[in-house]
Amino acid sequence: MTEFSGENYAARCDVGAHLVTLSGTLRLNGIAEYAPIVALLANAAEDATAMTLDLSALEFLNSSGIAVLSKFVIEARNRGDLALTIIGSGAIPWQGKSLQNLRRLMPSLVVEFR
Amino acid sequence: MGDTFGAFQSCEGEGAALESLLLCFSPSLLPLQQRWRNNGLSADFLSDYVTTFFPKDEADPASATRQSTVKGAVSYIANELLENAMKYSESNSLPITIRLVLQADRIVFEETNVASAASAAAYRRFIGELQQSDPADIYFHKVEAMAVSGDASGLGLITMIIDYAASLAWRFEAAPGGGEAVTTQVCLAV
Repeated sequence: MTEFSGENYAARCDVGAHLVTLSGTLRLNGIAEYAPIVALLANAAEDATAMTLDLSALEFLNSSGIAVLSKFVIEARNRGDLALTIIGSGAIPWQGKSLQNLRRLMPSLVVEFR
Repeated sequence: MGDTFGAFQSCEGEGAALESLLLCFSPSLLPLQQRWRNNGLSADFLSDYVTTFFPKDEADPASATRQSTVKGAVSYIANELLENAMKYSESNSLPITIRLVLQADRIVFEETNVASAASAAAYRRFIGELQQSDPADIYFHKVEAMAVSGDASGLGLITMIIDYAASLAWRFEAAPGGGEAVTTQVCLAV
């Protein structure tokens, strides 16, 4: 288990379960500041055939964060052998549209709203 | 008067604004990194403020959804406008301002900052691109290019259009000390 947190957010990776959980409010300054989260995602995806990204407690994500998630989804799509599931929350308004946009990038992406 | 692009709305005159809030930030007072968190604090303040005007009614479950939708949209749009202002402002220039205007059927955001001639020219090119193509096409094209280049600039503005159905307009005016005062106006129907 790897986990870290910053002001208003927490990130956790259970490598064995190939599960990454992001929660809170993520408004980091540009893609560069998201590097630890990018590394967490890459770590969970490495050698995995299936992976889950739980965003159901991620209340806010700025456009740099949306860019980071989009890049990760495109890389998973291009890899071709990773079944990716994203768990969202129907109670968090930004997730409705943004997670649908991710599905357009990777048609096999499974998005579950809880 | 400068140049305007898009349907720039006047927020002046009787009845144009039911309520408005104006926040000003000096770009020279603190380095960007030390004030970055204030973008989120300001955005959250604006979004909390507007919830008063979209009260929850226990007899109407849709009212809670409406309040959280408006709150989320205001927080996202204000934060993106402020992040852009901090990124593209000239230091030692006029204050960065963001004004939120509450009208009967919409919320208008006006953010103004002074940008260098080069930044303003790049912004004008981006606006030209936005006006000539379908924003969703631009979004997916930019995201695919970003996955290779790492350049995510412009995504904040495009997501306001495609995820929040906001309409955008711009005004460019010569700034007294050089560069251009760039105003980005975002209208959100509510």
